[in-house]
Amino acid sequence: MWIQPGQARGVITVQLGYGRTHAGHIGNGVGFDAYALRSSDSPWYAPLEVSKTGSSHQLVTTQVHHSLQGTGEKRHIVRTGTLEEFRAHPEEPEFVHVAEGKPADLYPDFEYTSYAWGMVIDMTVCIGCNACVTACQAENNIPIVGKKQVAVGREMHWIRVDDYYRGDIDDPELFQMPMTCQQCEKAPCEPVCPVGATVHDHEGINVMVYNRCVGTRYCSNNCPYKVRRFNWLQYAELAPSATELSLANNPDVTVRSRGVMEKCTYCQQRIAAARIDAENQDRRIADGEVVTACQAACPTEAIVFGDINDPESSVSKTKTSALNYLLLEELNTVPRTSYLAKVKNPNSELAGEEGRAS
Amino acid sequence: MGVITGKPRRQVTEINRVIARGQSYGAIDDVVDSPVLAGPLRTPRWWWIGFGIAMSFLAMYLVSVVVLIVVGTGVWGNNVPVAWGMPIINFVWWIGIGHAGTLISAALLLFRQPWRTTINRFAEAMTIFAVVCAGLYPILHLGRPWVFYWLAPYPNTFGLWPQFRSPLDWDLFAIGTYGSVSILFWYIGLVPDLATLRDRARGKFQRIFYSALCLGWNGSTKGWQRYQRAYLLLAALSFPLVLSVHSTIAMDFSVAQLPGWNNTVFPPYFVAGAVFAGFSMVLILAIPLRKAFGLEGLITIRHLDNSANLMLATGLMVLYGYSIEAFMAWYSGAEFEKYMIFNRIFGDHWWAFWLLITCNGVAIQPLWFRRVRQNPRALLVISMIVAVGMWLERFVIVAVTLTKDFLPSSWADYRTTFWDWSLYLGSFGLFATLFFLFIRLLPSIATTEAKELAHHDAHHGSDYLEEVRAQEAPYETPVVKGAQA
Repeated sequence: MWIQPGQARGVITVQLGYGRTHAGHIGNGVGFDAYALRSSDSPWYAPLEVSKTGSSHQLVTTQVHHSLQGTGEKRHIVRTGTLEEFRAHPEEPEFVHVAEGKPADLYPDFEYTSYAWGMVIDMTVCIGCNACVTACQAENNIPIVGKKQVAVGREMHWIRVDDYYRGDIDDPELFQMPMTCQQCEKAPCEPVCPVGATVHDHEGINVMVYNRCVGTRYCSNNCPYKVRRFNWLQYAELAPSATELSLANNPDVTVRSRGVMEKCTYCQQRIAAARIDAENQDRRIADGEVVTACQAACPTEAIVFGDINDPESSVSKTKTSALNYLLLEELNTVPRTSYLAKVKNPNSELAGEEGRAS
Repeated sequence: MGVITGKPRRQVTEINRVIARGQSYGAIDDVVDSPVLAGPLRTPRWWWIGFGIAMSFLAMYLVSVVVLIVVGTGVWGNNVPVAWGMPIINFVWWIGIGHAGTLISAALLLFRQPWRTTINRFAEAMTIFAVVCAGLYPILHLGRPWVFYWLAPYPNTFGLWPQFRSPLDWDLFAIGTYGSVSILFWYIGLVPDLATLRDRARGKFQRIFYSALCLGWNGSTKGWQRYQRAYLLLAALSFPLVLSVHSTIAMDFSVAQLPGWNNTVFPPYFVAGAVFAGFSMVLILAIPLRKAFGLEGLITIRHLDNSANLMLATGLMVLYGYSIEAFMAWYSGAEFEKYMIFNRIFGDHWWAFWLLITCNGVAIQPLWFRRVRQNPRALLVISMIVAVGMWLERFVIVAVTLTKDFLPSSWADYRTTFWDWSLYLGSFGLFATLFFLFIRLLPSIATTEAKELAHHDAHHGSDYLEEVRAQEAPYETPVVKGAQA
């Protein structure tokens, strides 16, 4: 039993599925057969009774809901307002710029003469479906670490969808926030690496040099977004010859070994492929030519990616929105990924009604 | 810091002496050297038992290291966000232990504190062994320990260089310097004593062993002069290390931007904490050692009293550090900082915080009383409590801080595993094995300096002057055996 915020009393949700019985030594025994409750005789309705068995089953998850009350609210992570509030100040909505940084740095700024990659994630249209997570996992050869490792907090996802709720636990407002490496301009991970395994490239991407990484994990500690993932064990398959699993890997992406750090690369390999095409045709990479895996999978087009050096690119234009904000802006990390604050348009007639869906 | 001890508050009485009355040069050599020179069969039973226990813990250490290297960092409980856990806690703990050795041997020598003389040798040994235990941790802690040398600036075919902005690279130099200077200083100090052992050696093997180690020392005036110069120079060289090493370690944390780490008070407060932990370890080792070897005449109650005084003083500085941390968190007005201190005091690991305040703050208060400071048993108990408290302090700073940082979505708990603890307990085995070998093979008290002290006591001490006044008789020169002091 795992009660979610906002779950109505007396309702139990069961995910449909058969459970896995023939999925190899890793997959076998994972999941449960929900069709025990749903036979073809009575596909829509069956009388059920729930009773305590006295035993417990360990559930692990990568998605925990966090309250935006108390300290959560004061951190200004999710910025949200109503359509009315937005219309009151369309140029500078009050709910967007609640915390700001004061740029101060000992190190000079980087200069970008060619491309400067950037991303915007629109929280208004994000529905929290997790398609980006799956797409990223497939694209970037991200190892599946299994239940035990997830239970101790070692999932490897490069992108995750953070869930926050606000308001009464029985009737909360939910917020989803896709979270991946913010590709900070002033990345806190870079100066703390003793071997220079995480560096800024000439297009502003914070890159990981896997074969230089010795695994101090200082970068992860110093990352305020905690988007770095460490290979605590040999997660990727070390196969001397091709196996089913290794054949499923994306050949354009390195498979990481034990003891190195990894994280989102803005789909570096897709940028490289586009660059080769463009250079062969002696032109610049056009806007929309590079589509990251998460962006391609997003059903609501909440993720916009492109060259921010080009003022005409869709990402540059989106970043000029009044709703655009940088996460943890006051830390002066100057992220390349920005968010569009969530604008809600609640129906005042439904507000306060029992069992409101959110 | 050594100056804090001040003058003894009462008349020179038996209990306040840095060396017992009427020690002769030969007697000092006898008491210190005879257990070292005794044949293997004459090794006391307690030594064999202790050495056996130490070796079994060392075996556990080696097994833990092999498992770690074969399986991976994942055998520990670390995760994201707690990417640093037990290994770094233990690293900082061990490196702190070493500080008392350097303070006693270098700083107190330069401040001309004669009471350091009989405890400096084993305190220095303690420093070196603690640095060995500490220094292995950052290497084992790496995801790929076999390429640890990539942190060092050496010419290589990759054309790569370390990244000097990282405090971890400063660590490499801090620990490297600390280790090498400590070993040099310790060894230079040992040379005349090794020569005495050579001269007193009974068997052939002993003679060859100590002859090789004493570098052909012949006790010439020139030799003594050079020795004194070198010793003083090395003392001057290692004195800054008392302040710099732990400051550098502190910067591993204060350079990071995490709430609870990004703190300018860290370097001085870490140094105070290191000396605090170090003196607790000195007492943990000295109290049984003086009993076992019958060294009460050389390691006197005065030594214990002074060490306890230093422990009290540095303990209060550490306590001040804790309060400044909390004050600054509130004063900053930053939500992240405020929540960090709230989480420490009332969060999931509240017990660690309150236990640490009890161990480091409350437990040392009896040291205000001379009766407690001069009671070896009470001191032993308090020192052990402090050692635990200092471990908890690092647990709170390293692990508890990491569990909850900026984004609530990445907050997670930290649970240690069997291998976390086996490596830690095993490192005691490494330390204890080295220490048992040291007290068996080398003089655990600097006899040369103890003889200087005896000379001073006999010729310039208040006892002597009183004696002269009372008897109006010339002082009788003590019997001189072995090397001249």
